[in-house]
Amino acid sequence: MNCRNFLRTAALSSAAFAFLAFSTSANAQKKYDTGASDTEIKIGNIIPYSGPASAYGIIGKMEEAYFKMINDQGGINGRKITFVSYDDAYSPAKAVEQTRKLVESDEVLFVFGPLGTPSNTAIMKYLNAKKIPQLFVATGATKFGEYKTAPWTMGWQPAYQSEGRIFAQYAITEKPNGKIAVFYQNDDLGKDMLKGLKDGLGEKASMIVAEDSYEVSEPTIDSHIVKMKASGADIFVSISTPKFAAQAIKKVAEIGWKPMFFQSNVGSSVGAVMRPAGIDNAQGVLSLAYAKDAIDPQWKDDEGMKKYLDFLAKYAPFANPAESSAAYGYGQAQTVVQVLKQAGDDLTRANIMKQAASLKDFAPDTLLPGVKINTSATDFYPIEQLRMMRFTGEKWDVFGPPIDSKLGG
Amino acid sequence: MELFTNQVLAGIATGAIYACMALAVVMIYQAIDHLNFAQGEMAMFSTFVAWQMMQWGIPYWGAFALTLIFSFVGGIVIERALFKPLAKAPVLTHVAGFIALFAIINSVAGLTWDFTIKQFPSPFGSSPFLGSQLISTHQAGMIGVTIILLVLLFIFFRYTRVGLAMRAAASMPESARLVGINTSWMIALGWGMAAAIGSIAGMLIAPVVFLEPNMMGGVLIYGFAAAVVGGLTSPLGAVIGGFLVGVFENLVGTYIPGVGNELKLPIALALIITVLVVKPNGLFGRAIVKRV
Repeated sequence: MNCRNFLRTAALSSAAFAFLAFSTSANAQKKYDTGASDTEIKIGNIIPYSGPASAYGIIGKMEEAYFKMINDQGGINGRKITFVSYDDAYSPAKAVEQTRKLVESDEVLFVFGPLGTPSNTAIMKYLNAKKIPQLFVATGATKFGEYKTAPWTMGWQPAYQSEGRIFAQYAITEKPNGKIAVFYQNDDLGKDMLKGLKDGLGEKASMIVAEDSYEVSEPTIDSHIVKMKASGADIFVSISTPKFAAQAIKKVAEIGWKPMFFQSNVGSSVGAVMRPAGIDNAQGVLSLAYAKDAIDPQWKDDEGMKKYLDFLAKYAPFANPAESSAAYGYGQAQTVVQVLKQAGDDLTRANIMKQAASLKDFAPDTLLPGVKINTSATDFYPIEQLRMMRFTGEKWDVFGPPIDSKLGG
Repeated sequence: MELFTNQVLAGIATGAIYACMALAVVMIYQAIDHLNFAQGEMAMFSTFVAWQMMQWGIPYWGAFALTLIFSFVGGIVIERALFKPLAKAPVLTHVAGFIALFAIINSVAGLTWDFTIKQFPSPFGSSPFLGSQLISTHQAGMIGVTIILLVLLFIFFRYTRVGLAMRAAASMPESARLVGINTSWMIALGWGMAAAIGSIAGMLIAPVVFLEPNMMGGVLIYGFAAAVVGGLTSPLGAVIGGFLVGVFENLVGTYIPGVGNELKLPIALALIITVLVVKPNGLFGRAIVKRV
């Protein structure tokens, strides 16, 4: 009896001991900042659902749908994501107001995917001062990836400057004696990429014979194209957003000008640019890409694309697969989920930033084969590889290997 | 010299867009004595309706005719529902109404058809016109339609009873009522016609600038400039104003360094102000004399 009692006590106490030991070690691992708990991770977001850039609102809706899918699958390490997304109408003043609301009233763990150069510029200082991650901003402006001055801010898509540099290399190799006319949108997008192009040309910057910018308020850009043609250029670089990209492609073809045509990535969607511009007019146009185009038949049997299209059917029936913004939101959300998975039970803001800066060869479903996300403590530019492509028939033909253009350390 | 000719031709082609829009602006001004800020959005919405009908398989001209009817009725409904109750309200109330209408139509179109640009077919094709690569057959067609519209409007306002009654109702409502004109319905009719003309403008402009909810933003400002330059009371003036603004804008953009890029839109605004200061009635408008 005594002996039995002793055994029982010993068994019980050792079990209790083991339990205690286990729970203390678990406690040691679990660390939370505001916005995270055993059951929930609260993510904040601002995006223009209304106003001049409301076309990008779809990105926010896609992210919300993606998190819903993740939650339906049981969440991340057992925690559900609460996605709080506000409309900033593409207005920097509103962006600041909404971000403060996210941080101070909704108490989110971090801000994810805020869109647009103006809005992100406006909230960058505030978030960095408060040490709250401003993760994966939806703009390619180069300033969102400078880890020294803004250690809490990270970009996602390739920086516009990278694109300019890569195309400069291509132009030098293919047409060393070419004359370049640059047509660009008069904002950060245009100026950043123009700078990249000039940096990439280096000593050969004199190849640029004409530069002309347009404002988004202009109804048509015909006059610019006529002027560019008159400059005698045989390489045409069009740094433009979808509507103007389509107008430029159409006008260049209409006036019988046949330059080597380079179109910036933001204006290269098949459904939103090439088809409206006219498939015949768009033949031979060059561009750079990092993501797959969902309506391009060449990805019909691609695993990632199948997952994406299934997701669209189940969780985002409102999205038009032709819209590249939809795939953009999906890819961004997938990346942030990866960061949260890596963060495990240490959901502090510092660890979120640390994990975001330690992504290794991560490839979201929607990125081109060979393009991978890599970050480090000195590299805050997640996507830095692009592939050249040429518009042939009804789709983009990707050619050449992924080209790296490192801006970060 | 080649650049000069090319810019002038391109300017005329763009001018046709402004002229179309300016006609709609003048039309509404004739009817209600105000500028309608939602004019461009109404035109954009009509164009989407036409596009939608074509997606459903209705041939171009069928969709064109149906859209005209839809816009005409739509214009009248907007007037009856929104602006008739405001008839006695001050101008500012009207302006607020126009801006509200602008925002509502823009958002509804975005919600219904989303913001990706859409290709809109042209009945004229887009091959080079008479061997010139600078003006396409579509642009030539657009100039043609603008001129036909202009002639029709001229005849309407000068020789038809309804047209005369409408002018009377706008310029002297009280006297018009005394001679038995139903001024209230004349205003509604003006809205209907302005909406219908706007829809034609929209359908002609869309093949060039592509169809999307914000396609009329810039166009309307230039349309206003064209109408003001030509004179808000003169359809002929509006059309000539449209071509002038188009050509002027291109030449200034090309030959005055520094102005070209950043200041293209302000050129339109500068034109409006200059004309209003120097010749308030525009180049072709009649002087408005008011008895005090």
